[in-house]
Amino acid sequence: MSAPAEGTRAIEVQDLHKHFGDHKVLNGIDFHVDAGEVVCVIGPSGSGKSTLLRCVNRLEQPTSGTVLVEGVDVTSPETDLNKIRSRIGMVFQQFNLFPHMSVLRNLTIAQQRVLKRNRGEADGIARANLERVGLGDRADAYPAQLSGGQQQRVAIARALSMEPDMMLFDEPTSALDPELVGDVLDVMRSLASEGMTMMVVTHEMGFAREVGDKLVFMDEGIIIEEGAPRDVLSSPQHQRTQAFLSKVL
Amino acid sequence: MTKANRQRLRDAVLYALLLGVVVLLAFAADWPVIQENFLNQEVLRTLWPEIITVAAKNTIVYTAISFAGGLVLGVVLALMKLSPVTPYRWLATAWIEFFRGLPALVVIIGFALAVPIAFNWQPPGGLVGAGVLALVIVSSAYMAETIRSGIQAVPPGQVEAAHSLGMSGSWTMVSVVLPQAFRIIIPPLTNEFVLLLKDTSLLAIVGAATDDRELTTFGRDSVSENFNSSPLLAVALLYLVITLPLTRLVAYLEKRSMVKAR
Ligand SMILES: Nc1ncnc2c1ncn2[C@@H]1O[C@H](COP(=O)(O)OP(=O)(O)OP(=O)(O)O)[C@@H](O)[C@H]1O
Ligand SMILES: [Mg+2]
Repeated sequence: MSAPAEGTRAIEVQDLHKHFGDHKVLNGIDFHVDAGEVVCVIGPSGSGKSTLLRCVNRLEQPTSGTVLVEGVDVTSPETDLNKIRSRIGMVFQQFNLFPHMSVLRNLTIAQQRVLKRNRGEADGIARANLERVGLGDRADAYPAQLSGGQQQRVAIARALSMEPDMMLFDEPTSALDPELVGDVLDVMRSLASEGMTMMVVTHEMGFAREVGDKLVFMDEGIIIEEGAPRDVLSSPQHQRTQAFLSKVL
Repeated sequence: MTKANRQRLRDAVLYALLLGVVVLLAFAADWPVIQENFLNQEVLRTLWPEIITVAAKNTIVYTAISFAGGLVLGVVLALMKLSPVTPYRWLATAWIEFFRGLPALVVIIGFALAVPIAFNWQPPGGLVGAGVLALVIVSSAYMAETIRSGIQAVPPGQVEAAHSLGMSGSWTMVSVVLPQAFRIIIPPLTNEFVLLLKDTSLLAIVGAATDDRELTTFGRDSVSENFNSSPLLAVALLYLVITLPLTRLVAYLEKRSMVKAR
């Protein structure tokens, strides 16, 4: 399969199970993200949000079930995993920038190694993406010289430099000092308004309400409830959702 | 008596004792004999300039080859030890345990004398070449463990980030993991370099040709030629000139990495 057919979903998860030994973390997840959609995932700690996200680009190997990305089964051994991954940007809670490389090199290394872009082209794309996250002047800095918020914006720019079709965010603001959260959310907000397909695990209910097209509530490895963020947040149907929201809102 | 006074008294006794021993040695020692045998200017003059241009140079060259070879082989062994393929892990473990368990001298004798006789093998670079090969292998076994620990000290998030960008396992290893691993293990590797430099003295056992002699072989030969021990002192001083700055460097690097880790 080459270009995704019209109507193919960006991400489609069917009956996904993930066990770590005896520990059953995901217990039958059915779920999808359409192209251009922003889906936010919330739920208590340990409910399997990160695991679900990591199954999408197969950083975690599902125990059973299907994960389709643009119609391609990522769990199939025939799939070119690296190619699929290069089309899925991922942003981690702990940034995971490469500390031994300059900001610019962080953004160009995978462009050159994976997409085989030449140095000049990769540099141009990297600089444009640094501008986009408001860090055009920090290309030559090293990650350790940046604040957490700046590092996370560099991490977003690094993912964007691959020109991915979709972005996965795993609690991108949870490791940040409160005053630095806003800048990162602003970048994500503008990405969403540009039509980027996004799956965002977050505790930022304000962001979910304002930016999300869909909100998914998970607990104990299953999806308890999903719907328009406004509806789920203001009138949760399920008792477990109510209990969770009453704690965090 | 107060505690401070008791302490002062004890210090005074210790210093007096030390002074006594020094004075006794100074009187007992036969200074002319010491000067004649260990600081003999005529003998020392004959060493120049070969002690630098041949002996010290060879010591450094042999150390550099053993270190570089050991490092390359050590990386391969470390990767084998971390491989998901079980026989690779066994092979690496066997190699590492075998060569770390043997005295380096035994391995050198094995490569320079035993193996060539048994298999009618002409080692490249002669007997010294075989000896250096033995040092490469011994150091690879030590360095493999150091490198493996360095690789494992790189946070898993680094590998995940590289994978999430679509980078293959080998690119991730080369561009992301190894550069960080080496940064972590610079102090132990520098230490390994010092140990290796001293271990090149074991090559004295193979009896190198005149121009292939390293410091210890050179010193030993001069001692027996001149029937005088002065060359040994010169050799010892040269070793210290090289090793002391390096051990200071290791101490500095360790202190710095400790500060950084905080
Ligand atoms: N590699 C692993 N091996 C064993 N158990 C794991 C592993 N990764 C995650 N788990 C377990 O799976 C469960 C779900 O983890 P996960 O990280 O998906 O939760 P989460 O919803 O993201 O929580 P949080 O909000 O704290 O990030 C946890 O109990 C965790 O201990
Ligand atoms: Mg998580």
